[in-house]
Amino acid sequence: MLDARIPDGPIAEKWDNHKFSVKLVNPANKRKFDIIVVGTGLAGASAAASLAELGYNVKAFTFHDSPRRAHSIAAQGGINAAKNYRNDGDSVYRLFYDTVKGGDYRSREANVYRLAQVSVDIIDQCAAQGVPFAREYGGLLANRSFGGAQVSRTFYARGQTGQQLLLGAYQALAAQVRAGKVTLYNRSDMLDVVIKDGHACGIVTRDLLTGEVHAHSAHAVVLATGGYGNVYYLSTNAMACNVTAAWRAHRKGALFANPCYTQIHPTCIPVSDEFQSKLTLMSESLRNDGRIWVPRQLDDARSAADIPESERYYYLEEKYPSFGNLVPRDVASRNAKTVVDEGRGVGPLKNGVYLDFAAAIARDGVEAVRERYGNLFDMYERITGEDPYSLPMRIYPATHYTMGGLWVDYNLMTTVPGLYCLGEANFSDHGANRLGASALMQGLADGYFVLPYTIGDHLAPKLGDAPVPTTDPVFAEALAEVDRRTRSWTQVKGTRSVEHYHRELGKIVWEYCGMARNKTGLEKALSEIPALREEFRKNVKVLGSPDGVNQQLEKVNRVDDFMEFAELKVRDALHRAESCGGHFREESQTPEGEALRDDENFSYVAAWEWRGPDADPVLHKEHLNFENVQLTQRSYK
Amino acid sequence: MSSTESTDNGSVEQDRALNLKLRIWRQDGPHAEGSFLDVDADQIPTDASFLEMLDMVNERLIEDDIEPITFPHDCREGICGTCGVMINGQAHGPERATATCQLHMRKFRDGDQIVIEPWRAAAFPVLKDLMVDRRAFDRIIEAGGYISAPTGTPQDANEIPVPKEVADTAMDAAACIGCGACVAACPNSAAQLFTSAKLAHLNVLPQGQPERWRRTEAMVETMEDYFGSCTNHGECHEACPKEISLDFIAFMNRDYIKSKSKNRSLASQ
Ligand SMILES: Cc1cc2nc3c(=O)[nH]c(=O)nc-3n(C[C@H](O)[C@H](O)[C@H](O)COP(=O)(O)OP(=O)(O)OC[C@H]3O[C@@H](n4cnc5c(N)ncnc54)[C@H](O)[C@@H]3O)c2cc1C
Ligand code: FES
Repeated sequence: MLDARIPDGPIAEKWDNHKFSVKLVNPANKRKFDIIVVGTGLAGASAAASLAELGYNVKAFTFHDSPRRAHSIAAQGGINAAKNYRNDGDSVYRLFYDTVKGGDYRSREANVYRLAQVSVDIIDQCAAQGVPFAREYGGLLANRSFGGAQVSRTFYARGQTGQQLLLGAYQALAAQVRAGKVTLYNRSDMLDVVIKDGHACGIVTRDLLTGEVHAHSAHAVVLATGGYGNVYYLSTNAMACNVTAAWRAHRKGALFANPCYTQIHPTCIPVSDEFQSKLTLMSESLRNDGRIWVPRQLDDARSAADIPESERYYYLEEKYPSFGNLVPRDVASRNAKTVVDEGRGVGPLKNGVYLDFAAAIARDGVEAVRERYGNLFDMYERITGEDPYSLPMRIYPATHYTMGGLWVDYNLMTTVPGLYCLGEANFSDHGANRLGASALMQGLADGYFVLPYTIGDHLAPKLGDAPVPTTDPVFAEALAEVDRRTRSWTQVKGTRSVEHYHRELGKIVWEYCGMARNKTGLEKALSEIPALREEFRKNVKVLGSPDGVNQQLEKVNRVDDFMEFAELKVRDALHRAESCGGHFREESQTPEGEALRDDENFSYVAAWEWRGPDADPVLHKEHLNFENVQLTQRSYK
Repeated sequence: MSSTESTDNGSVEQDRALNLKLRIWRQDGPHAEGSFLDVDADQIPTDASFLEMLDMVNERLIEDDIEPITFPHDCREGICGTCGVMINGQAHGPERATATCQLHMRKFRDGDQIVIEPWRAAAFPVLKDLMVDRRAFDRIIEAGGYISAPTGTPQDANEIPVPKEVADTAMDAAACIGCGACVAACPNSAAQLFTSAKLAHLNVLPQGQPERWRRTEAMVETMEDYFGSCTNHGECHEACPKEISLDFIAFMNRDYIKSKSKNRSLASQ
């Protein structure tokens, strides 16, 4: 029943053919259509600006005070594109191939190919907007190789690529706000999607300053609301990242795909205490020069300097001689977990591994290392109070990115007609594992170059139809329900804070559905999560008024949605009895302890249907056909 | 501070916790009267960030049935520009080039009194407690802080070479996170540093030339509608978590003067 609507024809021609065959809305008619875009990160801001430039009336929503604050701002490393400016053998096909392979063969070929195709346009677009990409002395764009890629296809703006790309999209959006084609609703939290006759017709938002709830209608609704990494409580995501928009859409009929796929990034600063509120990513580039090790001896209390070379266990270099410290993210993360679980962890809480620059400093000199990583070393010192020039850094994996998300077809439409999903919030392109520097690419591909074409297919037949008026009973009902739900939290008058419950949920999900998963643990989580949710709903304490700024109240709705979502995530992880990419089932590994896929039984997208709070979700499968890429077992030995 | 590996647990705990006296600004809304709340923040670990210290204070307030303090924050990595408070009269506190979220408690001493207030500027009304409204910044960007390049129209990126020095200068300016510390630190609540950073980013680039003079006039004049005037104190630069250079203000002033005649002659063509 799940039809991805993949166009016919050879893979390299699908997108061109499709662009030709989708219905067009003629330029004069575009102003007759209203489109709601929720989220103004890379995906949302680029979509809203591009749709407005085409002539549509756009209403853009963000819970932030300004679009420039979206979590995309934090991306450091860079953005991939198959420009082949280095003449090192890159091509659309190679980027496509690397992405499908990197995703451990759990993504849809046609989408990935299109992503690789439009990647080149993204760089042109962003350069024209004035994004200050790194340049060579000759004035041409610079590149680097990133995340173990064998070609240099990553474009970057110092260590602030996400910031600069987001500012570019935000500025394009601001120009359209000025032109009157976009109405921007900031500090507006979307709390429900409204459906009439099976079609998305609007949303309900809560004004975070006044607490008032509002209805907005349109011919189509686009969600670009980011990933769900904060289900783990601790992650590298910004504090406000959440699953609410996607989850509310799911409850209204949008299938949720592969919620168990999460990327755990290997190089983050370890947790230092219970009070810890978030984890900080240290750029992956550090693995180019840092050597990762732990003491060979268990529970070794000596400081790093007192441990002689022969008693240091360089586990990645030993286990993976050809890739060494540069193995892919999931492999590096899992191995760190293994050594820490064995009792070899370092630091006051014995929860990290060393990333040691002593060899690089001895080889290249302190100045060369400072030149390369100075900013990162300063950041590390600011956070930990330790000087990485003299002591090895301590690192540990942390949740970073979520490959799962709302299921979308080739047009990026969810299973609810008229409801689209872009960026990290959808499941579309990364399979079971995302390559470094590919999230920025995907968000901007979706927003600048895919949706503006594909949305016409849905809109064209609606020419002449007015949007459903917000006086319609479907809106009244949704408004009343959002208002009731939000206000109800201040009436619970329990004893524990929202933060407490979020942290407890995070512990369960991290323990049983983190870097390694097994049946017993997942089943345990499936009983612990509903129990915690029930306690939370009866005992959470939210002070203050619902009729004004109330940060606890903003958060409680989000944690409530995480509580439901976490259960689906665990269920998905339990059903997928294979290992693939970021999803490692201990029952499914090779004799050497590597992830073992089961293509025979699991070569599909798992898309879950909500059947109500008391019913089990129903699994729908989109079978994945690989016509262009040969499935292989990844090996980094 | 003693090294973590070599000390035993007991002394680590003592070394690493502070007892602080906080005076925190509380204000219900833009039109409400505000006042200070005095709270003791005991046993704050030195490894905590400033915002984690506030988290802990809030958890304790909630236990005592007191509404927690509203403070702005999101990325906690010094990049989104959401956070920012006055700490003992300094925007973002005592550490140079550091946003509030990146400030750690090891910069404070046991027994310190810390006064915490929102940004104070007419253009940034207090919304609640430590949170202010910075939408005036968005208005400045909307006035012209962009290069018009509709999606799908540009040529190949390498067809517009940008000398490395120019790209680096543009990046130096573009590093601004829009937190508003410059305005908060300025005795006149001027927004010259913020505005000039965006203006210089776009005006130095070849792609930014066609709209240069229109952009300059529009951004500067919108800025003046909301913010005070610059009298070259330089406090903005001192407070800036990204160390945006004062040179950009001089650049903006020059471009603004030129823009007047350039725009007139462009209009008469
Ligand atoms: C520390 C870090 C470093 C990274 N580095 C890289 C990198 O180097 N390269 C790379 O390719 N990727 C990187 N990533 C991943 C990448 O940054 C993200 O996947 C991507 O930016 C997500 O963009 P988005 O537009 O989908 O979502 P976001 O940027 O998260 O935007 C979500 C938007 O939705 C809004 N929103 C959400 N819910 C609601 C709601 N209910 N109501 C109203 N508004 C809502 C928010 O306000 C926001 O505007 C990194 C991620 C992290 C955490
Ligand atoms: S919270 Fe983002 S800059 Fe401080």
